Amino acid sequence: MKQLWLTARLDIVESLRARWFMIYSVVFGGIVVLLFAFGLTESRVLGFIGLSRLLVTYIQLTMAILPIFVLITTVRSVAGDREAGVFEYLLSLPVGLAAWFWGKIIGRYVTVFLPVFVAMLGAALWGTLQGIDVPWDMFLYYTALLAAMGWCFLGLAMLISTLARSTDVAQGAAFMLWLTLLLFLDLILLGVMIQGRIAPEIAVTIALINPLQVFRVAALALFDTQLIVLGPSAYVILDLFGITGFKAYALAYPVLLGTLAAAIGFFNFKNSDLP
Amino acid sequence: MILFENVNKSFRSVRVLDGISLEIGLGERVALIGSNGAGKTTLIRCLLGEYTFDGKVSIAGRSPRNERTRVLGSIGFVPQLPPPLKMPVGQLIHFAADLCGTDAKRIFDLTGTLGLDIKPIIDRQFVRLSGGMKQKLLIAIALGREAKVLVMDEPAANLDPEARKIFFELLAERAQSATMLISSHRLNEVSALVNRVVELDLGKVVLDDRVADDVSLTGKLSCRISVKRCEAALSKALGGWNFADISDVQGAGLEWQGLIAGPDRLRFLGMISRYVALVSNITIAEIEQ
Repeated sequence: MKQLWLTARLDIVESLRARWFMIYSVVFGGIVVLLFAFGLTESRVLGFIGLSRLLVTYIQLTMAILPIFVLITTVRSVAGDREAGVFEYLLSLPVGLAAWFWGKIIGRYVTVFLPVFVAMLGAALWGTLQGIDVPWDMFLYYTALLAAMGWCFLGLAMLISTLARSTDVAQGAAFMLWLTLLLFLDLILLGVMIQGRIAPEIAVTIALINPLQVFRVAALALFDTQLIVLGPSAYVILDLFGITGFKAYALAYPVLLGTLAAAIGFFNFKNSDLP
Repeated sequence: MILFENVNKSFRSVRVLDGISLEIGLGERVALIGSNGAGKTTLIRCLLGEYTFDGKVSIAGRSPRNERTRVLGSIGFVPQLPPPLKMPVGQLIHFAADLCGTDAKRIFDLTGTLGLDIKPIIDRQFVRLSGGMKQKLLIAIALGREAKVLVMDEPAANLDPEARKIFFELLAERAQSATMLISSHRLNEVSALVNRVVELDLGKVVLDDRVADDVSLTGKLSCRISVKRCEAALSKALGGWNFADISDVQGAGLEWQGLIAGPDRLRFLGMISRYVALVSNITIAEIEQ
């Protein structure tokens, strides 16, 4: 256990000093600042005003940025460390492979989740100070959703990092994964369905296994559940699950997917060349 | 202590280690030499449990891959290239000390012994240190604990002469209590330290020379050297070995003669190899006892 926490702490310190972390923090902090600056809390669109609207916009933007950020920075850092000889040295120290791998994930999770959460928390606290009503139930659910999303893509990134033997390959694979998930969002699925090439059930299934689509639907479910906003497959999914059911699914599925990907990554890491 | 049994390692279709079998006992100090691509680093990574391979590697009967914590706790390792770690020097020392169960003060003290003033750089990122500073720090971390096995990949490459001298003295202090595996391109670098030379070529052991076995501790070698021109550095070095200048013209420094203790022959050849361009003739013969 000591080895695990030492490794996690090491990864946090390494990340805090990395350029990617600075950019990452500035991006999410900047989004919140910009949303305030553009007076989003004052606007009234589709019935949403104040901080609710800001949170909805923030989570939409986060959903677009966070996955690719987590994927690329993680695979760059892990595969890059391996290429540069960091693994050769640190893994010559008496640390168990499980403690190393999971410690690294925990450390990275903290650095990935914290800026996103702190930016959102900052918005909520600022709203409170300004006398704006803070929708705390929404805030809590979005926090959980961000936590699940971070874990999911971190697990996938660690899997890619253990499979790819070079930074370039890892980065390319991460980008392809993100692009694929993006292509199978509702809009593309809609296009495919219109062309009549796949059955609606298959389209819905694809939407359900695509974590990006799951986050999108969950975030929008709190916002507006109309067909025109959600898109067809999301509408069907919500119709099947109900809002509460889907909210639970949107938290459980990505966590399971991330854990499964990380576990496969660990199995591969344990049984292959380390540096 | 260390056992390699028919170790094979391939990367894709390229065989890097080809049936390596070696047994290295406690207290043996092995120079692992060979040209680039001979398989030295791969063999070391197999020993550290970092690579998968066919065959068997064990240290004191334990597998470094399956019993990592236990086995690696007794190994001190200095890599050929320092890792680009962003963490501060102080944290690296504490991290290594915590993992290895040693007192960080011991490592701090050793850095001082090696001529590295740690205070001004304690908060500096490791990656921002000079090559020599990094090497000294990694050596201090490797030696600052009760390691039964010391594995070093070109350890003295970045050290200045003074630090190199101290480093070799530190290793000499451990000579009887630890097994050493020192990888180097240049045998003369490590000849003073080792009592066995293993040469790898294309993944095979092509030479396994136990210096101490072939030459008795009391044996002596007679040596005569002719040099093309007198050089002060060579004259000083030979004087240090108690060689006499037997040139026709007194003090010309062109003909030298002396005795070498049997176990020192490798060290002597390592020294003389530095002046190979000056040497025109050399004869070494064992003296009948």
